[in-house]
Amino acid sequence: PVKQGRNRTKRRKRSKPFAGLSDVSISEDIPVEGDISVPVGSSRQDDEFSTLDEPVKDTILRDLKAVGNKFVHVLYPKRSSALLRDWDLWGPLLLCVALALMLQGGAADGAEDGGGPQFAEVFVIVWFGSIVITLNSKLLGGTISFFQSLCVLGYCIMPLTVAMLVCRLVLLGGSGTASFVVRLVVVSASFGWSTFASTAFLADSQPPNRKALVVYPVFLFYFVIGWMILTFSTSQ
Amino acid sequence: PWSPAWPRGAPWGPAGPHGAPCFRDVSGGGSAVIDMENMDDTSGSSFEDMGEMHQRMKEEEEVAAEAAATEDDAADDGEFLGMKGLKGQLGRQVADEVWQAGKRQASKAFNLYANIDILRPYFDVEPVQVRSRLIESMIPVRMINFPQKIAGELYGPMMLVFTLVAILLHGMKTSGTVIREGTLMGTAIGTCFGYWLGVSSFIYFLAYLVNAQITMLQMLSLLGYGLFGHCIVLFITYNIHFHFLFYALWLLVGGLSTLRMVAALLSRTVGQTPRLLLCGSLALLHMLFLLYLHFNYHQIVEGLLDSLEGSNMAAMQRVARDVLKLPVVVNATVKSQ
Repeated sequence: PVKQGRNRTKRRKRSKPFAGLSDVSISEDIPVEGDISVPVGSSRQDDEFSTLDEPVKDTILRDLKAVGNKFVHVLYPKRSSALLRDWDLWGPLLLCVALALMLQGGAADGAEDGGGPQFAEVFVIVWFGSIVITLNSKLLGGTISFFQSLCVLGYCIMPLTVAMLVCRLVLLGGSGTASFVVRLVVVSASFGWSTFASTAFLADSQPPNRKALVVYPVFLFYFVIGWMILTFSTSQ
Repeated sequence: PWSPAWPRGAPWGPAGPHGAPCFRDVSGGGSAVIDMENMDDTSGSSFEDMGEMHQRMKEEEEVAAEAAATEDDAADDGEFLGMKGLKGQLGRQVADEVWQAGKRQASKAFNLYANIDILRPYFDVEPVQVRSRLIESMIPVRMINFPQKIAGELYGPMMLVFTLVAILLHGMKTSGTVIREGTLMGTAIGTCFGYWLGVSSFIYFLAYLVNAQITMLQMLSLLGYGLFGHCIVLFITYNIHFHFLFYALWLLVGGLSTLRMVAALLSRTVGQTPRLLLCGSLALLHMLFLLYLHFNYHQIVEGLLDSLEGSNMAAMQRVARDVLKLPVVVNATVKSQ
């Protein structure tokens, strides 16, 4: 139909006496050409990654799966870069809150202040310590980004959180010398594990001759947390 | 014998393998090697000067680049607009300059990496160097006629201060003062950093008054490594509660690290009175700080408790551990069971 209409216009113009003038101002004579078809098939691939119309459950489950996947990486540190490539701070937050909650309600807390400072102390030690370690590694010339390092250090608290859980269970049975020995062994093992795992992930980004300088604050960090877990005792 | 070669050609290299920028890229131009030891010895440059110099050099580069860009823009605009666009162009240029200046300020304030770049040369050490400096911090050198070398480095001091914070936390918790955790940690961090920064600044000020040849950076490094002795003494005596042992260690280890600092200061000061003033105040402060950390710590925290909860003092009454008590060897960790 478009072609027919254009032909009709031309025919009408040719019959007018001032055909030349009308050509100046009227632009409908210029043929409009082009492909205006919408590619229907090609957009299907993008829709697979669209999360707009998926159920909330799927979204949460996918994120939780990613977090769980990283937990596995920490438990079995094999120098994979998955923990570094797509970092997130959900896992560290979960671990930190879990650790702080479990450390709460000990004999250290006064009866009237509800253990608030204990919670805050764990929180501050974990985050402030990670930030200090990260800044230190950057100052020493490491090529790792700020949040990648925070992510790794946060995820590597997991063995210590597990140790805390074990300690609470052991403390249910009683607090004698035997339970202390058990807790000492568990905390020492998880402390070594945490340090080893975080070193395995962070070491690649450091200059080879300075690994000892980067590992020392990491060691101190996990040592303080491990010591807090070891000296934890429930109120009678 | 310490001269860090610090490539400063292109502080912003291309992205590294993990998306982080490579700092040690010198492809952008010639690299300037800054020999910090020489600069320190001439005492023409201090800690602040280094940072300022670096910042100034970077700023000059940025300004030059922006000026070139603005000129290009101006040429294009002039051709396009002709004479009638001159007034608008001028206004635009002014606005553009204001905008650029604001942007530069903002990026300077928010650019964490730029600040890290300034501090980087002070963390340029090898593990072997740190170890030897830690050992040297306990060995006083009897050479006071010629200025002794003082390494300007901050890695060791920072780590020693953090170690001291951890040891203090441990000591405070096992000494029976297990309450108000947040306050404990804040107090520990505040005490250690406050002592390190405060006393360094004070001694630097004194040294400036008596015209001693020392920079702020060297002072920070000297006092920071001097804390190594404190760490050792406190770590031992927080776990083994012998009075005699503490006094012996206080005199021996604390005294050695103090002597080392005093010797280094002596060699860089001229005249009897300045030497007495500078070294006397430093030795007094350093030795008293160790005494304070060992004896007075939980009393201070109990004082805090008094002020925080004056009503129920009876429950909080507790005997000071180290004062007038029979020396008992107790492993603190076992004790806390």
